[in-house]
Amino acid sequence: MIAVAIEKNLKVYRGKHVLKINHQFKTGSITRIYGPSGAGKTTLLKIIAGLIDPEKGTIRVNNVPWLDTGANISLSPQKRMPGFVFQDYALFPNMTVLQHLEYATNNRDWINRLLLLGQLDTLADHKPIHLSGGQQQRLAILRALAIKPRLLLIDEPFSALDPAMKAELITGLKPLFAELQATVLIVSHNPVELEGLADGELYIQPL
Amino acid sequence: MDLSPIWLTLKLASITTLLLLIVGLPVARWLSKGRSFLKTIIEAVITMPLVLPPSVLGFYLLLAFSPQHGLGRWLQDAFDVQFVFSFKGLVLASFIYSMPFMIGPVKSALQQLPASLAQASYTLGKTRWQTFKSVLLPNIKPSLLTAVVLTFAHTLGEFGVVLMIGGNIPGVTRVASIAVYDSVERMDYAAANTYSVILFTITFIMVISVFVFNKYQAKSPLE
Repeated sequence: MIAVAIEKNLKVYRGKHVLKINHQFKTGSITRIYGPSGAGKTTLLKIIAGLIDPEKGTIRVNNVPWLDTGANISLSPQKRMPGFVFQDYALFPNMTVLQHLEYATNNRDWINRLLLLGQLDTLADHKPIHLSGGQQQRLAILRALAIKPRLLLIDEPFSALDPAMKAELITGLKPLFAELQATVLIVSHNPVELEGLADGELYIQPL
Repeated sequence: MDLSPIWLTLKLASITTLLLLIVGLPVARWLSKGRSFLKTIIEAVITMPLVLPPSVLGFYLLLAFSPQHGLGRWLQDAFDVQFVFSFKGLVLASFIYSMPFMIGPVKSALQQLPASLAQASYTLGKTRWQTFKSVLLPNIKPSLLTAVVLTFAHTLGEFGVVLMIGGNIPGVTRVASIAVYDSVERMDYAAANTYSVILFTITFIMVISVFVFNKYQAKSPLE
């Protein structure tokens, strides 16, 4: 169980609003997070990952405190190690597809499996600049999976994929999530995009 | 023909560049992250040698490290170290004088990298050092090369600051730029020309190499 109760002030155009979340995510569940632009969806993922600190709140993962502002506890992202797929992919321009995965893990079998899943095995020696948008997005997902995370945070994961690739990737990802027993939080604007994948929803409303 | 000023200059430029790489990279990384009043002040101090007359900097270094005064006397008494009129003093002066040429381009390049690159590395469990070494530095290679070459070339050309703190001691502090001046003073134009041609050639080759390596996109020293 991942219990999130946080408050974060967000600066938005013409003022401020508060991102206030109090939600529990069941272990192994896949939750779609949605809401209007600027509501704080990406910020929530980054707070859970330890990349941003909220003004106050707690995050407990299987009863282990990752964040407790009252007790001055905030585990670093390196200790939390969530799989994180960034909206801009955050691929490393100096690394090839294979080097991205090798940077994340030494497990050769796992790397080969991921390359096949993402259909990037033939592009292993390509750098991001030589990949299409869809291929870059798949690489970002594979890199996040490479560390076999128990928590996967995905920001707009399938926006650059064509419908066929999207369906194929989702079909491949679902059993992988189950195998990893990963709790997955996916930010997605498109309500039908995650049909058959997500089993819960969280709407973020700006306050 | 005494070539010791050329070797001394190359030695000084190499040591200064190496020291600035070791110290300048972490400082550039620190400056590139966020803003604070302290960072603004430190950045202004680092940038000062770009606009300050070298003789002014040299004068204050001379006062600061003179064995007759506070810091210089303490260094002499406590560690038997004397910076004035020594090669060590030239290294210190060059280090300070060339700081903006190393730190400026590297800091700018680091600022231009998306924050998500480092964040992605952290979520993969990598430390700040691993992230800096494997992700950030390789992606600012052109700027890093520009910084190294500018630092080296700028140190080759130093005159006022090294003359003030080092003087003109053959084999110890007489670097090539001072040897040119000294030769002209002695009306030995042939020697002045030889030193000048060597300096010109070395710096031109270095600068042109950067332009070629960076595909004609050499950065301004102020970037």
